[in-house]
Amino acid sequence: MKMNANTSQKIAKFTIWAAALFVIAILFSIIAYILVKGIPMLSWEFLTDIPRDMGRSGGISSSIVGTLVVTAVAVIVATPFGIGTAVYLTEYTREGRITRIIRFSAESLAGIPSIVYGLFGFIFFVIYLNMGWSILSGGLTMAIMILPTIIRTSEEAIRTVPQLYREVGFSLGLTKLQTITRTVLPSALPGIVNGVILSIGRCVAETAAVILTAGSALRMPESLFSPTRTMAVHFYILAREGISMDNAYGTAALLIILILLLNVGFNMLVNRFIAKGR
Amino acid sequence: MKSFKEKLTERVFLLIALSTLSVLALITVFIFIKGMPIIAKVGIINFVFGMKWAPSQGYYGIFPMIVGSVSVTIGAAIVGVPIAICCSIFLAEFAPAKLRNIFRPAIQLLAAIPSVVYGFWGVLFVVPAIRKYLGGPGLSILAGSIILGIMILPTIISITEVSLLALPRHYKDGALALGLTQWQTIRSLLLPAAKSGIVAAVILGLGRAIGETMAVIMVLGNAVALPHSVLDPVRTLTTNIGIEMGYASGEHQQALFATGIVLFVIIMILNATAQYITRKR
Amino acid sequence: MKKMINTSKLVKRIKISACAVILTLSMGLLSGCNQEAESDTIVAGSTSVQPYAEILAEAFMAKDPVAVIDIQGGGSSAGITATQTHSADIGMSSRSLEEGEKDLWSVEIAKDGLAIIVNPENPVKNLTSDQIRDIYAAEITDWSQVGGTKAKINIIAREEGSGTRSAFTELLMGEKEITPKAIVQDSNGAVRQLVADDPNAIGFISLGLVSSEVKALNLDGVEATRENIMNNSYKLSRQFLFVTDGEPTGIQKSFIDFTLSSEGQKLLSKEGLIPSAEGASK
Repeated sequence: MKMNANTSQKIAKFTIWAAALFVIAILFSIIAYILVKGIPMLSWEFLTDIPRDMGRSGGISSSIVGTLVVTAVAVIVATPFGIGTAVYLTEYTREGRITRIIRFSAESLAGIPSIVYGLFGFIFFVIYLNMGWSILSGGLTMAIMILPTIIRTSEEAIRTVPQLYREVGFSLGLTKLQTITRTVLPSALPGIVNGVILSIGRCVAETAAVILTAGSALRMPESLFSPTRTMAVHFYILAREGISMDNAYGTAALLIILILLLNVGFNMLVNRFIAKGR
Repeated sequence: MKSFKEKLTERVFLLIALSTLSVLALITVFIFIKGMPIIAKVGIINFVFGMKWAPSQGYYGIFPMIVGSVSVTIGAAIVGVPIAICCSIFLAEFAPAKLRNIFRPAIQLLAAIPSVVYGFWGVLFVVPAIRKYLGGPGLSILAGSIILGIMILPTIISITEVSLLALPRHYKDGALALGLTQWQTIRSLLLPAAKSGIVAAVILGLGRAIGETMAVIMVLGNAVALPHSVLDPVRTLTTNIGIEMGYASGEHQQALFATGIVLFVIIMILNATAQYITRKR
Repeated sequence: MKKMINTSKLVKRIKISACAVILTLSMGLLSGCNQEAESDTIVAGSTSVQPYAEILAEAFMAKDPVAVIDIQGGGSSAGITATQTHSADIGMSSRSLEEGEKDLWSVEIAKDGLAIIVNPENPVKNLTSDQIRDIYAAEITDWSQVGGTKAKINIIAREEGSGTRSAFTELLMGEKEITPKAIVQDSNGAVRQLVADDPNAIGFISLGLVSSEVKALNLDGVEATRENIMNNSYKLSRQFLFVTDGEPTGIQKSFIDFTLSSEGQKLLSKEGLIPSAEGASK
């Protein structure tokens, strides 16, 4: 029996709405479960005390600090190099074979599993360069991991800036550098910032690349050469070993809140920025 | 005539670009150099198709892990692609504007959830459910497929939605003017027209699935054996590296780098295919 | 044009803050270099020993505020490798040293029992060594073959680099191998959780980590308790070792001495370990 066009429309509409609702339900269940179980744990003591008794008691202050510093190292190292490379690729070279190869390489490297970066970082930074398990080892490994993403998003953002902007710059007598910094980059800023925020999110959530480069020590790190346990790693260890499910949930809740803030914060930033300028 | 300052700036940018690219080249070269000796020793066929992985006895066959990776990834596609395409259509066609502004960030949020949280959720809910209702230990290809299927939704949805939105408006207008229903338009016109974008999205989703480690270490069971059903535990290329890299040394370590090379090659092939398909249109 | 000026201010601010951050970072780096950056004593290795090492380190650092000890997991083999490559100052191992490792200095800090665990709902209470071996070699596959209900046995093992697994293999497997079909988990806690959730699972963990969520089996009729290990009737026990590259010096020595002292040994006994022969003699 051939299906009536109206029936198929109804069924399709139902299925598609069902799929969308299903996805929202899953998202909700994951986040709500963690937040409901974890937010009660987020007391002032939890946030400011270091883990004690292997993480069974105490707080997660050392993990919070560790996460922030490792992410900061990664982003501070990777962003200038990533944006600079993107600028060079778009502004100073002509579209040709070489740029296409470079672009393809950046795309591919962006897709390499983080565990491979972790393996590289472990053997290269921790052992070969004798940096040991440290914030620096972890941060540099993650910097290399996010570089391709920053290059790719920055390059895309810069390329979509209309040629008109550059021509106006030249016609006003600006040097190339001035054109880039005053017209092109600001115009590409939302896209670039998008890439950076995405990378920050990735660093905060990353486990595979950090667990064997930044280590898993519980103490408050004292310098860039101290080992540290990021929140994602701490959650993984607590949950796996069954050391303290309460603290695990608390850590995960804080992670999720941080990520929510990043995402929401970015959206607000972009909207304000665009609204301001346009 | 370029002034000195202009030339200097160009040189500076060139320097930045070169150092960046050399760092990226470093990691590639490092992995290949570290991994090649074992492939040379064991032979590429024995390595890739060898059935036995027992480093303590000198066996370096990664075929069980390749089967693990492939089966879990295909499973993720089976779970994720239909849902993702429905959601993309939802965003492009059925959702009112207000809902769109909620749904899209929701998908971004799905992408930002740490993989260890996904794995944990899987251990808490998916694995026991499989064990109770379907049998087996619960840690299985099925568990991995479900978790990965959810994790790759954002990748597929974002690219597919873009492809659908990029279609010229007159496609849809013409069809509707002819009296086709919305679904008929989508099914026979829009989806086929966006086909290359959708395929590229799926391929990139597959790449993401193959690269996942932490979520699947927790739900796959990590047995180094060929699975006989989707309820059997498996180990993937990535989880093999993750579990063993802490203590591997000598040839064993080389074998892990060689596994990294295999992953590298797989990702590159996937990316090249996706790029080729998108350029073809 | 107004847009260009506004955003260039923003860019300028971003640049300035970036410079400030880079400056702070470099100062941090330099200060890190100036401090004895290697002053952290890293103790790395067995996940079985790790919880006890953490407790020892906490107590040690409370007594000596200048000392800094960081405990890192990874597994016995990882710890031994790290000691050899000097990524770690002290390695923790829950298995005996093998051929390529014998030139490391080692001392037993405690003895630990190995418990074979099953789900509390499992009616089986006792298994012989042979039965355990055959189960893990996948020659016995159903619980009904060893006195339980009819159900497939889900075998759980640790990863290859685990000292717990090596100890298990050494003590129970004999000539046979653990089947590659066994489920592998990367820590004692993960094994315990899995056995607690799965009525048909069997696994092995550190005796000190057995909790009410799981049931430890009797081995050849002998109950798995500390007393039975000390009187040698329960055969599954292994040494916990601290290893160093060469004779321990400085903080390495102080920490190891503390571990072997009566205070350190008392801490370990309280946690369920059996004091080492070395410790007992001090």
